[in-house]
Amino acid sequence: MSERVIELEILRYDPEQDETPRFQTYSVPYHDDWVVLDAINYVKDELDRTLSYRWSCHMAVCGSCGMVLNGEPALACHTFLRDYPDKIRVEPLQNFPIERDLVVVMDDFIDKLGSVKPYVVAKQEQDVDDGEYLQSPAQLAKFKQYTACINCLLCYSACPQYSLNDAFVGPAALALAHRYNLDSRDAGRSVRQDVVASNEGIWECSFVGACSEVCPKSVDPAAAIQQTKIASTGDYFLKFLMPWRRK
Amino acid sequence: MSRRPYIRKPSKSGWWLAQPRYVRYMLREISALFIGLYVLVLMIGLYQLSQGKAAFDEFLASAEGSLGLAFAVVAILFAIYHTYTWFQVTPKAMPLTLGGKKIPGAFIIAAHWLGFVLLSAAMWLLVRS
Amino acid sequence: MRTIDTDVAIVGAGGAGLRAAIEVARVDPSLKIALISKVYPMRSHTVAAEGGAAGVIKGNDSFDNHFHDTVAGGDWLCDQDAVDLFIRDAPRELTRVEHWGCPWSREPDGHVAVRPFGGMKVERTWYAADKTGFHLLHTLFQTSLKYPSIERFDEYFSTDLIVTDGHCRGVTAIEMRTGQVQLFRSKCVIIATGGAGRVFPFTTNGAIKTGDGMAMAFRAGVPLKDMEFVQYHPTGLPGTGILITEGSRGEGGILVNKDGYRYLQDYNLGPPDPWPRKKAMELGPRDRLSQAFWHEQKKGRTISGDYGDVVHLDLRHLGEAKIDERLPMVRELSKSYIGVDPVHDPIPVRPVVHYTMGGIDTDIDAATSVAGLYAAGECACVSINGANRLGSNSLTELLVFGARAGRGAAELATRSVAGADEQQIQNAAEAAEDRVLQLFRRADGAESVAGLRREMNDAMEAGAGIYRSDDLLQVCTESMRQIRERYKNISLTDKSNVFNTDLIEALELGAMIDVAFTMACSALQRKESRGSHQRLDYPDRNDTAYLKHSLASYSATDSPAIDYRDVTITRSQPAERVYGGGQE
Repeated sequence: MSERVIELEILRYDPEQDETPRFQTYSVPYHDDWVVLDAINYVKDELDRTLSYRWSCHMAVCGSCGMVLNGEPALACHTFLRDYPDKIRVEPLQNFPIERDLVVVMDDFIDKLGSVKPYVVAKQEQDVDDGEYLQSPAQLAKFKQYTACINCLLCYSACPQYSLNDAFVGPAALALAHRYNLDSRDAGRSVRQDVVASNEGIWECSFVGACSEVCPKSVDPAAAIQQTKIASTGDYFLKFLMPWRRK
Repeated sequence: MSRRPYIRKPSKSGWWLAQPRYVRYMLREISALFIGLYVLVLMIGLYQLSQGKAAFDEFLASAEGSLGLAFAVVAILFAIYHTYTWFQVTPKAMPLTLGGKKIPGAFIIAAHWLGFVLLSAAMWLLVRS
Repeated sequence: MRTIDTDVAIVGAGGAGLRAAIEVARVDPSLKIALISKVYPMRSHTVAAEGGAAGVIKGNDSFDNHFHDTVAGGDWLCDQDAVDLFIRDAPRELTRVEHWGCPWSREPDGHVAVRPFGGMKVERTWYAADKTGFHLLHTLFQTSLKYPSIERFDEYFSTDLIVTDGHCRGVTAIEMRTGQVQLFRSKCVIIATGGAGRVFPFTTNGAIKTGDGMAMAFRAGVPLKDMEFVQYHPTGLPGTGILITEGSRGEGGILVNKDGYRYLQDYNLGPPDPWPRKKAMELGPRDRLSQAFWHEQKKGRTISGDYGDVVHLDLRHLGEAKIDERLPMVRELSKSYIGVDPVHDPIPVRPVVHYTMGGIDTDIDAATSVAGLYAAGECACVSINGANRLGSNSLTELLVFGARAGRGAAELATRSVAGADEQQIQNAAEAAEDRVLQLFRRADGAESVAGLRREMNDAMEAGAGIYRSDDLLQVCTESMRQIRERYKNISLTDKSNVFNTDLIEALELGAMIDVAFTMACSALQRKESRGSHQRLDYPDRNDTAYLKHSLASYSATDSPAIDYRDVTITRSQPAERVYGGGQE
């Protein structure tokens, strides 16, 4: 094992003690196969029990450990020490209020997730005893990419529109709405429109594309939003041209 | 309650300097401004053309002056950058499938550049003749 | 102390908890539901399950097959009435979740596809690529948002059940962002808090799998059943313990030792060809595969690595196209965490702790011995998994028993329940709050949370691993007894009220110690080998003495009292577990 030492400069904030957040530096021994989360766990277990952060699966599927590492939103369990310089600045996700240390208040996202009605609004009701809805592999392929979101919020951290206007529904929620809109079993696009096609929905997006760049699961929320813009525009014109048309 | 969530607000004017990707985004957005200005110049040229040869010659002289050329160079660079970024995102906005398989984005982008080159060549020939 | 009044309180918002909540809401939309979880629901460990969920749907399959595979897989420790019910409910539950949007992988004709899985005679494992748990959890969570009667309490850490007059009246929980203990007063409680893999040092389980609900029920007087049965998943990544799904073997992956030899054929799982072949070789049951590793290790035929000995999981012959279509996450995990691309190289793997067959003693309706208290999912033991769980039965179990718990709780909540003594409830809640405050008050103690946790891990790894023996278990139980004593000296370094994870980890450690202690004591008492509980000193199965479930009951001062209850046998008499063999 090498003697290399990594310096973690971690943002700390305890509202009962601190007026404003401050940085605290810790020295952690370098391990070739450690991820940043391993280093943070080392800090908590060996150096400072008062450090608070969220984590669980350690395999980039639960979405708990989203943070900003050297200025870039990333999952702490999926970023390797070997890819970083000797000094790593560890901060909580941008654009969310800080509850404590690396823990942010996620309430706004949870509300927005619910607001897009992210569940199947059935095209036709079918009894469970009549078996599954048929869905071809091609139909599944259409929306599969957009099912991969782990709700890690890196996209909200990266999105400058969200930072300037927190009424923006945001990348992950809009990508999830798109997932259901594309699902062949769903007929709920019209009930999602109020939120999705609102000024705070897709139209707040100016296609910066930062969300898709930082997404660890290649969901490509930017693509989802642009596709929704086109579909919504089509809906809008068709409403005038063919008002009798049912969606 | 001892909670006191701390809110960090970005600078309204300087937020885009924080990351290279935001700078690139702003450059892309600004490119539209330069393209718009160039269109304005063209429109002025058209108007001057309608005012007779003398007016149009004056217009050409200033367009070919050092300031005019400098502006044209900057405008065309921004236009190319605008085109490049526009083509990069077309596969995202309009995903295409052929026979059940998704057409790779690189293909769609390449097709756009081909169209761009062909159209530009056609325009060039038209203008030259 | 703030009191929240509700009809049904559910602790845990993973697959089972969410399914239970949805069921209560569907059965009776007028009932108020408090869904309490120490993490946001999409962080629950259901999310990490990969391979699939079993349910009979294809023409070449039958309920009988699923029944016999499960009972034999559990080495006849399964309650057969429960298994019968489980396998019959399975296809409807899986179809129901498909109706709710779960993106199951499909056959060309649009029907749901199934893949072969370990210990199963006929393929019946529904799958969503190799992220089935992820898709199931997100589908359930998103569907739960449809029901306004479900009120969620995210990041509330439950500490104690309130039981008065033998009836469960609610639960106390810490609101993590304020540090305040709240009382949830309800007509009934469903516990769905998952297993306790973090008791061991090498596990596929995430940080949150600390057996909180098992310990709560245990302390409230419900016995923990069959705790000695801990499943080692044969293929976890060395070091991190990250799970490499059984699905990779279902698609045809093979396990070889340092000589490139498919060693499983030496352990009654062969012949090696033709391959793939169900219930044979790499598609044998998990306990047999993990035990084979242990033997290979003793013979010196495993490969030495940075994190101990490994064997190789070879997927190269599947080809890149198949791996990218069916096992994309396996490829990604392998490349990221150990730098191996399974398209070109075999993956180093070793058995790691994965699942706790044992848990809160419930009947086939998810009810416990305490009125108004239900349990479902990995935290419960019905038992359908017996001494060893077959892969892909667990995700189905969440749906079947989550729904049953929901129905039972809803039915009870609509009946009028005998009046509770309000003063008793308040006293119990205040005692629970005091237990938490004690940790704050205690001046710097001699014990550290991380240090004591590590010692517990080491003791369990050494004494209660894949193979056990009397002397090792004696040492283990004694270590656990001492660790339980020393836990009384744990104090907190972090004294903040706001999102204090030092406090949460200390409470989780308390739960793990209680659970680990029952695992060790139950293992010591079971003097036979069955399924995943293997004794070097008692290598054979003893149906005369031990065709019974162990029941561990809480004692504040002594080791848990271990009692036994007969297994319910209906139509399958204990026989030899036969795997391998030729094609049928």
